[in-house]
Amino acid sequence: MVFDPDDFIVNIGPQHPSTHGVLRMRTSLDGETVKKIDPILGYIHRGIEKMNESLTYPQTLALTDRLDYLSAHQSRHALCMCIEKAAGIEISERAQYIRTIMDELQRIDSHLLFYSCLAMDMGALTPFFYGFREREMILDIFEETTGGRLIQNYNVIGGVQADLHPDFVRKVKDFIVHLRGIIHEYHDIFTDSVIARTRLKQIGLLSREDAISLGTTGGTGLASGWANDVRKHHPYAAYDKVDFKKIVYPHGDSFDRYMVRMDEIMESCHIIEQLIDNIPEGEFKVKTRPIIKLPEGVFTASVEASRGEFGVFLISKGDKFPYRLHYRSTGLPLVHAMDTVCRGGKIADLIAIGGTLDFVIPDIDR
Amino acid sequence: MNQSFLDYYSLTPFTEWIHRTLCGVMPENWAVFVEGVALGVVILLAYAVLAVVLIYMERRVCGAFQCRIGPNRVGGRGGLLQVPADVLKILTKEIIRLKRADHLLYELAPYLVILASIISFSCLPWNKGAEVLDMQIGIFFVLASSSIGVLGILLAGWSSNNKYTIIGAVRSGAMIISYELSLGITVLTVVILSGTMSISGIVESQAGGWNIFKGHILTLVAFVIYLISGNAEANRGPFDLAEAEQELTAGYHTEYSGMHFGFFYLAEYLNLFITSGIASTLFLGGWMPFHVSGLDGFNAVMDYIPGIVWFLGKTFFVIFLLMWIRWTFPRLRIDQVLTLEWKYLMQLSLLIMLLMVVLKVFGLVF
Repeated sequence: MVFDPDDFIVNIGPQHPSTHGVLRMRTSLDGETVKKIDPILGYIHRGIEKMNESLTYPQTLALTDRLDYLSAHQSRHALCMCIEKAAGIEISERAQYIRTIMDELQRIDSHLLFYSCLAMDMGALTPFFYGFREREMILDIFEETTGGRLIQNYNVIGGVQADLHPDFVRKVKDFIVHLRGIIHEYHDIFTDSVIARTRLKQIGLLSREDAISLGTTGGTGLASGWANDVRKHHPYAAYDKVDFKKIVYPHGDSFDRYMVRMDEIMESCHIIEQLIDNIPEGEFKVKTRPIIKLPEGVFTASVEASRGEFGVFLISKGDKFPYRLHYRSTGLPLVHAMDTVCRGGKIADLIAIGGTLDFVIPDIDR
Repeated sequence: MNQSFLDYYSLTPFTEWIHRTLCGVMPENWAVFVEGVALGVVILLAYAVLAVVLIYMERRVCGAFQCRIGPNRVGGRGGLLQVPADVLKILTKEIIRLKRADHLLYELAPYLVILASIISFSCLPWNKGAEVLDMQIGIFFVLASSSIGVLGILLAGWSSNNKYTIIGAVRSGAMIISYELSLGITVLTVVILSGTMSISGIVESQAGGWNIFKGHILTLVAFVIYLISGNAEANRGPFDLAEAEQELTAGYHTEYSGMHFGFFYLAEYLNLFITSGIASTLFLGGWMPFHVSGLDGFNAVMDYIPGIVWFLGKTFFVIFLLMWIRWTFPRLRIDQVLTLEWKYLMQLSLLIMLLMVVLKVFGLVF
């Protein structure tokens, strides 16, 4: 029995405006206060991990973009890295730079959407459009180079699918200048609003210990004082060549989770600025064998996706198919944390906390 | 001060002429009956037309705030046809009968809400001599009749047999009843200043200057308090937690469809109009023109503008203020809403009322 027999249980989801997808949370309420949450997953389970066992390595790449569609680049980056590490493929410097820039653009894209959705969850409809206005520009940049806006299919084993569009460098620079000039609007309308502050501060506390034991990496962990940035701790791609701040906030409340994301946007801009002018010349993709077979063994790789550490765990039996391909999803620990974080809060807080934890549903079920 | 301009505004000769003409062709009680029916039709028509205008206005205003051009393009020139299309659609939609609902109350609730709103709507002073319901205790009557609306909301939430609606209804009940206090107290402040409770009396007492200028800083603060609590009474953002879309899908009217839902929707917009209309009556002089003492030429020009234009102009100005608030702020949480009322607004408005009594007794108002 999850709940007492005479609890007042409200079913939030699976069809609900602010669960960001088909997540179902059975919530037991005492008046307006949340007593307990029982998240029920599986409404968008597609069996991606099982499917991978019968797909060749290049084919498995196609499914990673469908996990967390707001970290499509980073997830695919992780899988490519894992396969390249296993097959011993050295990729060119140029491809490393392109991947890093794309990852950071994707992070800005995801955090802008985070801002929009959080504001919307809290009933402020105008900031929602602010976030989308700038996100649209990133999607246009993506579209020119990769051909896709949400699902880009850009990283491939050995590099990237296509070279950068000739306008890419100029447009990214313009965008960063634009974003730096306009980000104050975001803070004026939402961050500095009294209502938003009282709704977020000291709400949904997650202690450092809980964050570590629940495994809430990414912005949620950083806001609880747990420095867990993969880019800092074991740098991959071009992250060892750039200089960026470690963003950690101490309180672990909703407001800190929000501020971590807003700071990460600026930090990502900073990273891109360091890379964009000195993308080395060279080939964007090294030649690989048409059929890739990995040696027998267990391989792992992890990247810092938009909302935490995204890991790939691959067991190979020397075949052209993986024996087992497991993803460490970024969203599952966040949903798991919902009960701990929301207990004792109000229903309205539950929605706001869900917004600040920033989970993406297809990533949870896979 | 020269008050001869009041005669220019009076519609009384016109209404008396209608009455005399009707009495010429039929007995007097028949004439009164015909006039009553005609007035009812006029009020209902004005009610419906204003709702359409307000919905159109809301779309344009929020489109402007959110940098969206949609409302200008969809549905003909300037988006004019969209609202009539919506009206037609909602009129033809099926009203779904719920299985386990309390049918009598379920179907009664929207009518209670719309009834309350129409009665208070009839009390608005459109022009001199055009007050439909004008009595000695007019402003009290408005407060009393607009309170019937909360009964409809509570019944709607209760009879729908749905957990979301009951939470929404209870929230709404708690909020509206609380905010009626500070609303009533600020109204009393104006009654003290004007020395009468009749709506036409309050307007005429402002011939020498609008109340917002007459009561020093006090009426200005009272105006702000009135706007906040009026906004809460009308159930609009940031106080829209009774129908908080992100938390309770649609709050108390989740289960309503077709024209039953339309009644709630209509009443919401007209309550906005009534709140603003009463605000302009109490603080901005109703149909009184704008006068600056000393500038006789300017005053004479102002006098030529008809009273109904003044009234509608002021009311739509206040509506614009309320829409501005709605599209800027995030939603409050229920405990914050109640804290704001019981800890701050009520004390402040009591203090203002007390100071106003002192000012009035010592004759310190303008």
